[in-house]
Amino acid sequence: MTSKKNWLSVPYLFWSGLFIIVPLGMVVYYGLTDRTGAFTLDNITAIASAGHAKALRLSLLLSLVSTVICFLLAYPLAMILAQVQVKRHNFIILIFILPMWMNFLLRTLAWQTLLEKNGVINHVLSFLHLPTLKIINTPAAIILGMVYNFLPFMILPLYNALAKIDGNVINAAHDLGAGHIHTFFRIILPLSIPGIISGITMVFIPALTTFVISSLLGGGKLLLIGDVIDLEFTKTSNWHLGSGLSMVLMIFILINMVLSAIFDKDGEGSML
Amino acid sequence: MKNAAKKIYIALIVLFLYAPIGTLMVLSFNASKTRAKWGGFSIQWYIALFENEEILRALFNTLVIALVSSLVATVIGTIACIAMTGMKRQAKSILMGITNIPMLNADIVTGVSLMLLYISLGIRFGMGTILLSHITFNIPYVILSVMPRMKQLNPSTFEAALDLGSSHLNAFFKVVFPDLLPGILSGFLMAFTMSLDDFIITHFTKGVGVDTLSTKIYTEIKKGIKPEMYALSSLIFVTVLTLLVLINLSPDKKEKK
Amino acid sequence: MNKELIQLVDISKSFDGQMVLDELNLSIHENEFVTLLGPSGCGKTTTLRILGGFANPDTGRVVFDGQDITRIPPNKRQLNTVFQKYALFTHMTIAENIAFGLKIKKKSKSYIDDKIRYALKLVNLEGYENRMPDSLSGGQQQRIAIARAIVNEPKVLLLDEPLGALDLKLRQEMQYELIRMKNELGITFVYVTHDQEEALTMSDTIVVMNQGYIQQIGSPESIYNEPENAFVADFIGDSNIIHATMIQDEVVEILGTRFACVDTGFGENKPVDAVIRPEDVILVEPDAGIIKGVVTHLIFKGVHYEMEVTANGYEWLVHSTTLFPVGKEVGIQVDPFNIQIMNKPESEDEEAVAIDI
Repeated sequence: MTSKKNWLSVPYLFWSGLFIIVPLGMVVYYGLTDRTGAFTLDNITAIASAGHAKALRLSLLLSLVSTVICFLLAYPLAMILAQVQVKRHNFIILIFILPMWMNFLLRTLAWQTLLEKNGVINHVLSFLHLPTLKIINTPAAIILGMVYNFLPFMILPLYNALAKIDGNVINAAHDLGAGHIHTFFRIILPLSIPGIISGITMVFIPALTTFVISSLLGGGKLLLIGDVIDLEFTKTSNWHLGSGLSMVLMIFILINMVLSAIFDKDGEGSML
Repeated sequence: MKNAAKKIYIALIVLFLYAPIGTLMVLSFNASKTRAKWGGFSIQWYIALFENEEILRALFNTLVIALVSSLVATVIGTIACIAMTGMKRQAKSILMGITNIPMLNADIVTGVSLMLLYISLGIRFGMGTILLSHITFNIPYVILSVMPRMKQLNPSTFEAALDLGSSHLNAFFKVVFPDLLPGILSGFLMAFTMSLDDFIITHFTKGVGVDTLSTKIYTEIKKGIKPEMYALSSLIFVTVLTLLVLINLSPDKKEKK
Repeated sequence: MNKELIQLVDISKSFDGQMVLDELNLSIHENEFVTLLGPSGCGKTTTLRILGGFANPDTGRVVFDGQDITRIPPNKRQLNTVFQKYALFTHMTIAENIAFGLKIKKKSKSYIDDKIRYALKLVNLEGYENRMPDSLSGGQQQRIAIARAIVNEPKVLLLDEPLGALDLKLRQEMQYELIRMKNELGITFVYVTHDQEEALTMSDTIVVMNQGYIQQIGSPESIYNEPENAFVADFIGDSNIIHATMIQDEVVEILGTRFACVDTGFGENKPVDAVIRPEDVILVEPDAGIIKGVVTHLIFKGVHYEMEVTANGYEWLVHSTTLFPVGKEVGIQVDPFNIQIMNKPESEDEEAVAIDI
């Protein structure tokens, strides 16, 4: 089988070269040149300009907060789910993938309806005599949109990492005298690091680079770095500037890839 | 007591994830055209949906792209997995690294990079460019779900088939393929789902006048979403839900008997 | 015998409405090597988990050193467990694994270092302090799991099929190692296995279990030579278990032929089971035997030949150092001492009756 396997790799090598490597090269090329084709760093240093820096800062802040919230929501959930029988494994994964079959834009848009001043949530809150929410068109609404859209990508890797921990390893810690808190911090948390890293990557990168959620829930006044790049490509057609800003994003992505390569060598924290 | 708390917690998260979906379903039966108020129960949008050619066209495009791109990605991805088992360790890890790029990269960067590629190559934007892009981001999902199966595969079964007089191709389809099938299927489904839900990459690689459901909704956001869209999404969701419930229930029944 | 250390009193446990343990009673003594032996699902692992504190019995009490510990969590018990598949902490070095329990007890650094060295010496893995568990072989991981447990100086060490994942040769080696460690440490071992050979080799006391009931408790010799019912006879080694009739004291009719035996008190003309070990069936010339038969199968097993002899419609399993070729007519003799008579169970329940000691 081995001798014949060599040519089997040709289609994928060709495909990944042409559609993964070359396009990234194009971004770098456009990012480092101006309209005349001359070399320049202006497109990258443009990130320091007031508007761009503000968008990047806001993106970083909102995506960090969203990632932390996703982690705090997902970890207890994943721990509970990991105790469920292995037989249900596929069913659990399904529950969190299923919402993706409802269009992403519509799902996010539905939050408008839920969050509006006269929306469903405020009706329920006022019925319960609780103070109403006024978060639509604020950064808080964008964070909610991010958490909502990316939470499954935090839950699934954490669940997979936690479900892999042999129950007897936890029993062994108790057996050797460790209480629940000690067992959690010394055993469960360290063993789930691959899942944590993968979950953080899967939430932080999309949240950092998103551009629709902000216009849907932020009222269009708050620009994220993704919105800026989108505008450069689709409205002003300044591909060079758009590419330069994309390269700045790629730095964050690269850092993330290196981190996950270090902490998750065997791909243990994978989603599937 | 503790168990009740756990169940409530799961229920709250699931409610959070499914509340917007429920909202959309309710809106699809709303007689009023605006999302803001309830105008009574009506199935008019479901009827109007089948007369709205633009939406049906977008649906058709979406399904064709999802189906074709996930099929092609499944074939290329599966072949790549087989090829990788014969590779040296280093070559293999480089290729897996490349495979991970579209997964870890931001969709917006993947989108604009492909857009720049098509422009430089002079490829006309349209269904073709969307398809190429979707195949590209679908292949990793296939590889990542076939690869674990590949590792579990017992190489002796393939050799045993050869030993019993089977040809290489026949041995593959009769012996190796059935073992890989669950991985291939889940990779295909994952790819199909991702293709169907994609907006960002399609947004950058589609041509003028060609729309998938996602991009159609995006352009409608500014003018106001047509309620037919809610009806269509609800139909898709319920169809998928029903299919999945049926698939998931069937093995259980066998076990009980 | 040493003083009683653990008593399990009327322990019952069920999972999803299925009875796993039914009013189990068991005493374990100081410095005893007790093996819980039985097929999977017999309740042996559940018993061990109740001892370790990982499962709560539905009813009954666990008494340790005169103290009721039924509701005491595992981290407060003076027992330590060696788990199936080792359950080492893969993110910690060997030294950190072994030190885990001692650090919780806030022992001094020098005490912990001494203990690690001592434990690694005991399990013959000196110098492995800084290795990671994944870099060790199955047998070595097993030893580390034992080292990690014993540094805490438990009064009782619980071992859950610890050798199940090892290959035959390593398993036999570890059996001797475990006996040596037990003698060196002078603590009680409670050992769970489904391997009868392992149980016979290592134990002071064997507890044979089936379907949630204790079938027999005794020394390896008594379990092997005097099984109390057909289950024990069948589970421990190979046996010929033959329907028979007790004609009167010391006379039993097996397959229509009368044999002399040594059992008394079964009554007259009572249906019973006769158990004869394959090595106790003596093959002789056809006319010299009590019954005649024909050799139908023959396998060379190294130390002996294993043969099947059809006689009076029953296939006798025979182990003998003398070869009788297939097709040869032979006579069968059995020494009266080697026929073990057992009452026939009248129902499933009676077969599984709990035995107290």
